[in-house]
Amino acid sequence: MNSWVVAYLWWIPAAPFAASLVILSLSNARRKSAAALAVAGQALALAMSMVAFAVSMQAPGFRAVQNFTWFTFGEQALRLGFVLDPLAAAMLVMIALVGLCIFVFSIGYMAEDKNFTRFFAYLSFFSGAMLGLVIANSLLLLFIFWELVGLASYLLIGFWIQKPSAAAAAKKAFITTRIGDMGLFLGMLWLYGRSGTLLFYDGGNGCLESASFAILGASTTFIALLIFCGAAGKSGQFPLHVWLPDAMEGPTPVSALIHAATMVAAGVFLVARVYPLFSLGAINGVTSSLTVVVWIGITTALMAALIAIAQPDIKRILAYSTVSQLGLMMVSLGVGGVAAGILHLLAHGFFKALLFLGAGSVIHGCHGEQDIRKMGGLGRLMPVTFVTYAIGMMALSGVPFFFSGGWTKEEILHSTANWPRSHLPYYLMLAGVILTALYMTRQMIYVFFGKPRVAAERAHESPRGMTMPLIVLALGAILLSVVLTPAWPWLHDYLVGEPVHFEFGRLIQPMLFISLVLVGAGIAVGFWMYRKAGLPDRGRPAEVDPLEYAQPALFRFLANKIWIDELYDRTVIAFSWMAARLSDWMDRYFWDGLVRGLGGLGQLVGIFTTSIDEHGINAGVDETTAGTRGLGRLMSAAHSGQIQTYLGAVAIGMLALLLLYAWLA
Amino acid sequence: MTPTLQVFLLVSAALFSIGLLAALSRRHAIFILIGIEMMLAAANLNFIAFWRFGGEHQPPIGVIIALFSIAIAAAEAAVGLAMVIAVYRHYRTTNVDQFDRLHG
Amino acid sequence: MNGAAFIVIAISTLAAALAAATLRKLMHAALSFAVALVGVAAFFFLLGAEFVGLALVFIYIGAVAVLIVFTILLTRRDTGKDHGFNWAGAIIAVAVFGGLMWAILKTQSLVIVAPHTPALTVKRIGVALMTTYVWPLQCVGLLLTAALIGALILVLEEKQ
Repeated sequence: MNSWVVAYLWWIPAAPFAASLVILSLSNARRKSAAALAVAGQALALAMSMVAFAVSMQAPGFRAVQNFTWFTFGEQALRLGFVLDPLAAAMLVMIALVGLCIFVFSIGYMAEDKNFTRFFAYLSFFSGAMLGLVIANSLLLLFIFWELVGLASYLLIGFWIQKPSAAAAAKKAFITTRIGDMGLFLGMLWLYGRSGTLLFYDGGNGCLESASFAILGASTTFIALLIFCGAAGKSGQFPLHVWLPDAMEGPTPVSALIHAATMVAAGVFLVARVYPLFSLGAINGVTSSLTVVVWIGITTALMAALIAIAQPDIKRILAYSTVSQLGLMMVSLGVGGVAAGILHLLAHGFFKALLFLGAGSVIHGCHGEQDIRKMGGLGRLMPVTFVTYAIGMMALSGVPFFFSGGWTKEEILHSTANWPRSHLPYYLMLAGVILTALYMTRQMIYVFFGKPRVAAERAHESPRGMTMPLIVLALGAILLSVVLTPAWPWLHDYLVGEPVHFEFGRLIQPMLFISLVLVGAGIAVGFWMYRKAGLPDRGRPAEVDPLEYAQPALFRFLANKIWIDELYDRTVIAFSWMAARLSDWMDRYFWDGLVRGLGGLGQLVGIFTTSIDEHGINAGVDETTAGTRGLGRLMSAAHSGQIQTYLGAVAIGMLALLLLYAWLA
Repeated sequence: MTPTLQVFLLVSAALFSIGLLAALSRRHAIFILIGIEMMLAAANLNFIAFWRFGGEHQPPIGVIIALFSIAIAAAEAAVGLAMVIAVYRHYRTTNVDQFDRLHG
Repeated sequence: MNGAAFIVIAISTLAAALAAATLRKLMHAALSFAVALVGVAAFFFLLGAEFVGLALVFIYIGAVAVLIVFTILLTRRDTGKDHGFNWAGAIIAVAVFGGLMWAILKTQSLVIVAPHTPALTVKRIGVALMTTYVWPLQCVGLLLTAALIGALILVLEEKQ
């Protein structure tokens, strides 16, 4: 199937890219034009994404591709392309819309920053790279945009480069994701070596289509796992999740962009995109590569949810919740619920952007304070932020019926429950549901309830430019649930390419009650545990966390992020130190000795040759040198600096050539 | 009498030499520019003459090259004269004998 | 092609050129230079390249000669003085002239009469410029722009 729209698909990422380039050429003082350009570029991308989305709805299972030859070497041609299918179209709209909200929010949030224009240039660049990533129809093109996303995230996480922690976090994000990208790159080479194409869809000859499956055979598992390395790095899966919480050093809108719409979504999207490679040769929906995805995902989800309970920083809690949610999406992909995973990714994009921007609004209101223990009572002081944040929190916790996150989480639970290999992921996931509700309740209580503490005393509601995006995103988080309900799973059927059908009976399902009970339990436990948060209670000082008072060792374990950073310090980093030491030692003593020995040999030869040299050759060289010096002096005299002399010399040279030619002829 | 290609080339050679004379022997920077322009005009004359005396159904390559050459000569004149003005501001002279900052 | 016309144009062109090279007053020399260029343009007309001749008249006499006159005016304080004459340059120029003359006169294959060719229309030049030579054309456009900007930057008043 083809369509006119796919030929113009590249305009969507081109709009923010162009905006970014123009903004970069503006002077620092042109704040208004920079912001206007960035928003205009993003709005244009959104409008075009809507058109693409509308086109992709015309038939179930729509897919249009446009391939072109990048360059030819010998017999082979390297071809790239763009693809429009429900997956790409839904992602386009989500990225463009959430991105637009974040852009508008940033105008208010970054108003005081002196590098305002540079910030918007980077934001536009980030958005453009991500939009390009989702429409790529070639693993190579996807990889190019993938690395551009990585570059943009590096620039934005380290945006406040004067802070050493920001610079370190940017470096950490870049290097950690690079480890995963190495795997992706190897997988890509392997795939190209086997199948000879990197195009996803190419009229039956692409690497995700039947023609190449016959060739790929058993190596698919390894290729898929290598590609998953890249996805794990980008999407912050265990053991490469360490960069994501540190990425909080960037400005809050950047965190929102990274965590909701762009960077981390890329990993999940990649797995969904190359899903045929993962599921090739599946028996009962299970392959070894998918099993790895499930276990990594569930480990990540549970671990991050646990760590989130003990974090004091408002943004870090959200960061760990992102890691946890991404883990859930990976599980969903791994157990075969591709549509469920992507649905959760889309819904998560909205409510996580909402939560981050809400956190940004809180931080803005508290004059840069990020420690939730110093806040409190903001519910009355910042009503709009409070209400929208509460909506985001309930969507994230998975409160059913009214919030998009609830329905998508439900779908993931369904898929996981039906996984034939093991039921453990399902039970762990139920535990994760409780934990999510718990840590979000803790955060809500600390930030918005109780009496204002140190940082919250002079808090104020954020300006309209910052609250409007919050309201839009909150509405998005709620309204999206209309197309997500099991009774009318429009978005689900759109993604899997089935005609939509309405059936009210499916709305009520037993699992819904299980999760309702679990979420309720999580929230109730949260309220009970943290009812006196920030207040002294039965011998507990006010600034100590209730959980910390009850279980100090456990709390310290979680608060220190299960010591994974320390573990890496002791193992990976220590190992590379050791290797460096060893290389140093080898260099100093072993290789050096070898070189010295060779040198001694050379010296011996040198002694022999010197005597010949001194007497025979030296004299000749001396004379040549004197001659060169004299010639140099002569030439230097010719360089009088007089242009007419030079021109005359050229004329004489021409004459000489003429004479030479005549003489030869 | 009909002029042959040879006489055109002789005229062009004479024009070139006069340009060279101006460029080499006058001290004023503007004279050097005039001389160079004259040499370029002589070269253009050669291009046109060779084109005209060439084969019957040639593409107008000589003409095209002459056009490009005129455009480039114009650019050269603009930059050259701008440099004369800039140098004049700096040294208060247009005598090229006194521009010898580049001597070796 | 008319022999008499050729002789008249040749003599006037070379005389004007020689005047441009040797006149003491710079302003007179610049005007002689313009006359010499009119002569070259006349040659182009004679050779059937009317378009190039017109371009030469417009660009050289309309722009370059005027530019030279302006430059003379802008550096007037210095133009009154006589900068002298370099006889070594004259000798080299005469030698080059001799060498060229000798080479041209010695080459017998140059003694040919112009063939009859159809008139070169502006349309043909335009088509050639827009098809085969479109990239060189773009490059020349870029070059002219760069030269324009460069010339402006060069003559900008230096800030103290």
